[in-house]
Amino acid sequence: MAMLNRLLIYISSAALLAVCGPALAGDGQPSPWQIGFQKAASPIMEQITSFHDFINLISILIALFVLGLLIYVMVRFNEKRHPQPSRTTHNTVLEVAWTIIPVLILVAIAIPSFRLLFAQYDFPKADLTLTATGSQWYWTYEYPDHGITFASIMVQEADLKPGQPRLLTVDREVVVPVNKNVIVQVKANDVIHDFAVPSFGVKLDAVPGRLQKTWFRAERTGMFYGQCSELCGRNHAFMPIAVRVVSDEEFAAWLDSQKKSAARDDAGKVTTAQK
Amino acid sequence: MAAQSAHAEVAHDDHPHGWRRWLFSTNHKDIGTMYLIFAMVGGIVGGLLSMGMRAELMEPGMQIFGNPEIFNVFVTAHGLIMVFFMVMPSTMGGFGNWMVPLMIGAPDMAFPRMNNISFWLIVAAFSLLVTSLFVPGPPGTHGVGGGWTIYAPLSTSGTPGPAMDFAILALHLAGASSILGAINFITTIFNMRAPGMTLHKMPLFVWSVLVTAFLLLLSLPVLAGAITMLLTDRNFGTAFFDSAHGGDPVLWQHLFWFFGHPEVYILIVPGFGIVSQIISTFSKKPVFGYLGMAYAMVAIGAIGFVVWAHHMYAAGINVNTQAYFVFATMVIAVPTGIKIFSWIATMWGGSLSFRAPMLWAIGFIFLFTVGGVTGVVLANAGVDRSFHDTYYVVAHFHYTMSIGAVFSIFAAWYYWFPKMYGYMYNEALAKLHFWLTFIGVNVTFFPQHFLGLAGMPRRYADYPDAFAGWNLVSSIGSYISFAGMLVFFFSLAYAFSKKVKAPANPWGVGATTLEWTLPSPPPFHTYETLPRIK
Repeated sequence: MAMLNRLLIYISSAALLAVCGPALAGDGQPSPWQIGFQKAASPIMEQITSFHDFINLISILIALFVLGLLIYVMVRFNEKRHPQPSRTTHNTVLEVAWTIIPVLILVAIAIPSFRLLFAQYDFPKADLTLTATGSQWYWTYEYPDHGITFASIMVQEADLKPGQPRLLTVDREVVVPVNKNVIVQVKANDVIHDFAVPSFGVKLDAVPGRLQKTWFRAERTGMFYGQCSELCGRNHAFMPIAVRVVSDEEFAAWLDSQKKSAARDDAGKVTTAQK
Repeated sequence: MAAQSAHAEVAHDDHPHGWRRWLFSTNHKDIGTMYLIFAMVGGIVGGLLSMGMRAELMEPGMQIFGNPEIFNVFVTAHGLIMVFFMVMPSTMGGFGNWMVPLMIGAPDMAFPRMNNISFWLIVAAFSLLVTSLFVPGPPGTHGVGGGWTIYAPLSTSGTPGPAMDFAILALHLAGASSILGAINFITTIFNMRAPGMTLHKMPLFVWSVLVTAFLLLLSLPVLAGAITMLLTDRNFGTAFFDSAHGGDPVLWQHLFWFFGHPEVYILIVPGFGIVSQIISTFSKKPVFGYLGMAYAMVAIGAIGFVVWAHHMYAAGINVNTQAYFVFATMVIAVPTGIKIFSWIATMWGGSLSFRAPMLWAIGFIFLFTVGGVTGVVLANAGVDRSFHDTYYVVAHFHYTMSIGAVFSIFAAWYYWFPKMYGYMYNEALAKLHFWLTFIGVNVTFFPQHFLGLAGMPRRYADYPDAFAGWNLVSSIGSYISFAGMLVFFFSLAYAFSKKVKAPANPWGVGATTLEWTLPSPPPFHTYETLPRIK
């Protein structure tokens, strides 16, 4: 039974890790040995996190319950202790119970699940509209109401400044104001890409020929990173999404500075992303 | 009965010898053996590809693959090979062919020649897929790097080279092979059961093969249609998936997953049947709730056809459509729960002996439960927003497929090995194989849940440094599993070199299905006089 003990220890430590996971979560980017979600920075991600806490607990309990039953039957009914098997093959009450109880658990999951799903699609009035276009292998951002367009390309390892995370840092970040509803229109130029920022609870495919939209409302200032989340070819792992959330004043100043340097030519840069 | 069969062996054992016996084989046992050998070859190739991936991912940065596209090619080939050329050939082709006629008391499959072409088509398919690795695919590279889902337009305009066409033709042949096999199984099971073997007396493994055969028959033509559209989009100027000319890439996803979701049940449902046989045998008890078990598989198969878009929550489909797919997907948990609890109830009150097949089967139940509960998590579109295309999904489907299907395959291997080849396997080696694999797969895949929660996207050749820790653990786990595979092949060679004779029924009173009434190994032709079932 030593093997079973090992199993138990393994499972219970995993469950423990899962419960205290958020304590280790990174902010805006993953952190080493993290075992939970990145810290929520939008109301939707907060809702995703709390729903996941709930359903994850149910999952762990079910897995432990099944494990407990298995261990019990293995100990109680092994052939040394229980040489004479019974011939029981039916128990109507039990069979009805293990059909009905899972249905009730699923209903308990479904109610908050649908609430979360519909909240994600309950688009608020836009304070800022942003267009993100995926290309092999970089993102282009456009602020249609401000006439700003620029490409955002990953910074190569050799060019990183101290403190900049590898594979997440880009040359020009998307800048958005804090506590404002940002509608993101997502498009693609060549193949399917996916615009995702884990701390905002946002993930949406960029599909050629479609204009899709999602939204977020960042509740903290800072840097928030995401990565392309639909296989798009060679440099799929090298087209990060970096969002800088700033105060209203900083955002206004940033807009001004962008308009002055408008009409920048990104063509030269883009060829570096295709290397 | 055994004596009768032994007599028949002497009288009628005239079969072709040498290469003709195998190339022209119409014998379900020989074809089953060829499928099992083929699956081992597929498993070695697919397994080595995964070792390459785990070696690359062991540390951040690019170490093994100079070009990340080669990593994508490994990911794609690993997926396609494990699905089409390892799991399917072993469960349906190998154990299905070997055991279905023996378990229902039929002399052979209904269409023995079709059985032969079914096998050789999959060999041709595998050759085409392996060829695809060595011909130009994406710009500047060889092979197919679009993932096993080969989403358009990455698989059309994104992969100009002929590698994709080779892969499409490989899937066509593999699909044709499986459709022929499915027709064969359905016809055999419906028409060739021994007198008295009603559908409701059939062993659950036969039920599982029947359900799987229907899934194959109904889903693979959709794949065939979809990849034909892909082929014409690539080569003949059609635009089914090309938005610039009025097509839609999301159409591919709907067609693919209408096949793809039943496909994942094709991989696991035979495992349900195998585990039911083994749990019953080694508990020395009949299966608890037999009818519930049989119809739970039918229900899982049927519902499996109406849940496909839960793979596409991030594709931008309508919110009400997502809500429907959330609901339909969660329903599957109910028949799955019935199966899990019925297996435990089968053991309850039994007299359990922990031989190697039983260990694999119990391991299957627990680990499939882990994969099952994460499946319920992923069914919820709201939280799948965070999990879609992350390592959480990789962990989930490996707990069900890598661990679930593979554990059932090894359970079946050790369970039926004495019957098929007449020799006992070495119990200590088989248990060592089990423990190495059990520890290995858990160390590999459990930390991938954490990576997915932290946001690591799948199909990444390199990752931000924060993901390094769990990736290292995961890679170490994969090496442990690899050591388990070495033990498996050693135990295989050991069994054939030691030649410890197996009795007709090595498992005792719990083994009640018909194959255990035959000698081990069974004669070349069995049931020349049909058994009568009470």
